[in-house]
Amino acid sequence: MCPSLTPATAVGRSVPRREGADKVTGRARYTDDLVIPGAWYGKTVRSTVPAGRIRSITLDPAFEWSQVVMVTAGDIPGENVVHLIRDDQPVLARAGGEIRHREEPILLLAAADRATLDEAARHIRIEYERAEPVFELSEATEVYASLEISKGEVVERLEGVEVVERSFRVGLQEQLYIEPQGFIAIPESNGAIRVIGSLQCPFYVHRALKRALKLTDAQAIVVQAETGGGFGGKEEYPSMVAIHAALLARKAGRPVRLIYDRHEDLAATTKRHPGVIKHRTTVKKDGTLLSQDIEIVLDGGGYCTLTPVVLSRAAIHAAGAYSCPNVRIRARAVATNTPPNGAFRGFGAPQSLFAAELMVEHVAERLGMSSLDLRRKWMLRLGDTTATGQKLTESVGSDLVLDAALSAAPPIRPSAHPPIRRGRGLSLVFHGSGFTGSGEKKLQGTIGFEALADGTFRILTASTEIGQGTKTIFCQIAADALGVGIDKVVLAPQDTSLVPDSGPTVASRTAMIVGRLVQEAATDVQARLQRGEKAPIRLQKSYIQPDSLHWDETNYRGDAYPIYAWACTIADVDVDMNTGEVRVTDLVTAVDCGKAIHPVMAEGQIEGGSLQAVGWATIEEIKMKDGGYQNDRLATYLIPTALDAPRIRTILVENPYSHGPSGAKGIGELPMDGPAPAIIAAIHDATGVWLDEVPATPEKVLAACASR
Amino acid sequence: MRFTLNGRTATFEGSGARRLLDVLREDLGATGTKEGCGEGECGACSVIIDGEVVDSCLVAVGQVEGCNVTTVEGLADGGRLTALQQAFIDYGAAQCGICTPGMLLAAHVLLQHTAQPSADDVREGLAGNLCRCTGYTKIIDAVLACTK
Repeated sequence: MCPSLTPATAVGRSVPRREGADKVTGRARYTDDLVIPGAWYGKTVRSTVPAGRIRSITLDPAFEWSQVVMVTAGDIPGENVVHLIRDDQPVLARAGGEIRHREEPILLLAAADRATLDEAARHIRIEYERAEPVFELSEATEVYASLEISKGEVVERLEGVEVVERSFRVGLQEQLYIEPQGFIAIPESNGAIRVIGSLQCPFYVHRALKRALKLTDAQAIVVQAETGGGFGGKEEYPSMVAIHAALLARKAGRPVRLIYDRHEDLAATTKRHPGVIKHRTTVKKDGTLLSQDIEIVLDGGGYCTLTPVVLSRAAIHAAGAYSCPNVRIRARAVATNTPPNGAFRGFGAPQSLFAAELMVEHVAERLGMSSLDLRRKWMLRLGDTTATGQKLTESVGSDLVLDAALSAAPPIRPSAHPPIRRGRGLSLVFHGSGFTGSGEKKLQGTIGFEALADGTFRILTASTEIGQGTKTIFCQIAADALGVGIDKVVLAPQDTSLVPDSGPTVASRTAMIVGRLVQEAATDVQARLQRGEKAPIRLQKSYIQPDSLHWDETNYRGDAYPIYAWACTIADVDVDMNTGEVRVTDLVTAVDCGKAIHPVMAEGQIEGGSLQAVGWATIEEIKMKDGGYQNDRLATYLIPTALDAPRIRTILVENPYSHGPSGAKGIGELPMDGPAPAIIAAIHDATGVWLDEVPATPEKVLAACASR
Repeated sequence: MRFTLNGRTATFEGSGARRLLDVLREDLGATGTKEGCGEGECGACSVIIDGEVVDSCLVAVGQVEGCNVTTVEGLADGGRLTALQQAFIDYGAAQCGICTPGMLLAAHVLLQHTAQPSADDVREGLAGNLCRCTGYTKIIDAVLACTK
C-alpha cells in the first residue's frame, strides 16, 4: 500500500470530542434531563445538629401521610452502611442513633409532586440530645488513619546547620461541579433496581447498592448518565445518593428522582480535607538539603469516607519534588463533627505540596539564596530516590518543565498604579499517576474489547466521561492500535450490567492505566484478525503490574506510584494594597505529561485544574459556624468567573513513560498542585509578607501587611 | 399563554408564577437549559429573551408572554451547527458540557452586540456563566475565533 494512503494516526491529534455535538446542541442527557414516566420526587431529611443522638422523630398527625412514602433506617433490607473503606457511615441515622455531623441523612421522603414533598418535610419534627462537638484538630481524639514514612535519620541541630521551621494551613474547598448530585432509581422485575445517575465510579455505587439493599450482582444495575463534572466530588458521594433513591423506589414501587439542589449539594456533600502541615528542614549554609521532618494533620470530618487514602497520597507527596537523604513524614487524619471530607482532585497532594513548595521559599530566604537556584539544587532527577525510597528510573521531567516554564514566562511589567503591587512566584511539583502503592495490582482493572461482524470495534469499560475526554481518547488509542479510522471504534455505555470493572475514574489513572489496557486489547484483537480469525471476537484484558514495581505497604517503602507527572507553574499577581485583593493576572504552566494523546484535551485538563487551584488559593473560602458551612449557596461560595481568571498558558512537555499508552502519564490531578504555592510566593514578591495559608483572602492579606 | 420558543409558537397552560426554567424543561421538553444553582449565580439556565441573556431560573413564565425565547436547541439551523457551536467543539470549549448551553447563548448575544470583541470583552460578556472544567481559556479562544 502506498504509505500516504494509510490512515492518519489519531493519537497526538486533537480530534473532535466524541459527545461534543450532543453537548453543544443540548441533546446530551444528564440525569435530571431524563424523562421517566410515573417517577416521584425524593427528598432527604437531614440532621440540624453537629453531634448528639436522635431523641425522637414526630410526624404531625395533621398531615395526610398516605400521600408520601417514607424510608427510615428500619426499611434498609441489607446493612445500614455506605460501603467504602471503614464502613462507618450509615445510609440513614439509626433510631436513637448517634449523629456525627450536620446534614447527616435521617430519613427519606418521596411524593408525586415537589409541593407535597416539601409540605411533608415541614411536618416532621426531630428532637436531639446534643453532645459536645469537636471542631478543632488539636482537640480531636479519634484517628481515622496514621502513617509514617522514614528515610535515613532526621538531622538534629548541628553546628553550621540552618534549621527552618514553619507551619502551614490549608482550607476546605468545594468541588463545585456545575451539575449537582442526582440519581433516578427504577425498580425492575426479579427484585432488580436500576439507578441512573451522575457519577465517576459505577462499581463503587454497584458494591454499595448491593450491600445496603441486599442485592445480587445482577439485581444492582448502575448506569452513568451524562455527567456535569466530578473533580472527585462524584467519586464516593454518589453511592449515598444512589442508595437513597433506590430505597425510596423500592418502597414506593415506582421510579424516584433524587436530584440535589445547589444548596443541599454545598451543605451536605464532601469537601477537600483542610489541615495543618508543619515542616522542619535542616540545610547546610550552601543550601545542601540535609533533612525534612514533616507532620501532617488532616481533618476527616464526621465519617471516614476515603480519608485514609487521601492521607496516604498527602504523605507520599509531602517532601515535594526534591531529593533529600533524611526524611520523616508523620501523618494522621482525625475525626471532627463537620460533614465528612472526601475525594477532590489532587487527593491530599495539593495540601502537602503547598507546604513543601513554600518551605523551599522559606529556606531560600533564610540562606539568602534564590529559591529557583535552591530548586535546581534539590530537585529529583533521573536515578534519585523519593521519600519512600523509590528510585526514579525513567520519565523524570523536573528539568524539562522548569526550563519550559521559565522560557515561556512573559516579562514582568511594573505596576502603573501605586496601590497595586505586582509579584511573581514559581512552583515545581510532581504527582503520582494511578493508584498508590499496590492499589492497581489489587484492583486488577479489567476491560472488554470486541471486533464486531460489521467491521467496527467496541470498547467495554466502566471508566466514565466526566468532561476530561475518556470517550475520545480511548477511541483514539484503539483506532491507532487497530490501524483503522477513529469512526470505526465505539464505546459501550457505562452500565454495570454490560461492562467489566475497569476501576474508578479517579487518581489520574484513566488515560494511563485503563488507556494502556485499551491499547493492549486492541493490539491483541488486531493480531487475531491478521491471523485470519473472523469477527466477532471478544476478549478481556486485566491490569498486570510491571515486575519492576515493589511496594511495602506496612512500612511505606518502595515504588509508591508507577510513574510521576511533573509541572512547573509561574504565577503573576496584582495585590491591591488598599483592599487586600489578590488578582492572578498571568499563569504559565509547563507539564510533563509523557505524551499528549489529545493535546487540546490535555491542555483543557491543565487549564481547568489550574483555575480550581487559583480559586482555592484566593477566593474559595468556607466559613464554619457550629459545624456547618455558613456560605452554603453559590451566592456566597464564590468560584472564579471568566473575569477573575488569568490567561492560562500551557506548555505540554512530552517525556514518554514506557508503560503508558504511547508514553502517556496521568495528569488529571497534577494541575491542582502547583498554582497555590506559586501564588502565595507571588504575593510575597509583591508585598514582602508571607501568608502560610490558603485561601489568601483580602482580610488575611491586609492583616498580614498590617502586622508587618 | 403563548410565547415564541426557538422560532415556533409555544403554548402553556398553568400558573404564570412557575419558573421559565421548569416550564422549558418539564413542559416543553427543552432540557438543554440546565439548572446549576437556582438563584441566578451560575448561568447554566441562561436563555435569550428578546435578544438579551437572562437566567431562566429567575424568570416567571408569565413574564415571557409574547416574548421571543431562544434556548440552545434553537441555535443550530436544521441540524447545521453554528460557527460558534463548531468552534466550541474545535477549540475544546466544552468539557463536561453542563455550562455549555448557557455559555453558547451568552457568547451568541455578545457577538451580536459586539462584532469584534477583545478578549476582555469576551470575559466581561461571559462573566455571568460559570464553568468549572476549562479555566475559561478555551472558551474565550472559541468565541474569539468566531470574530475573524
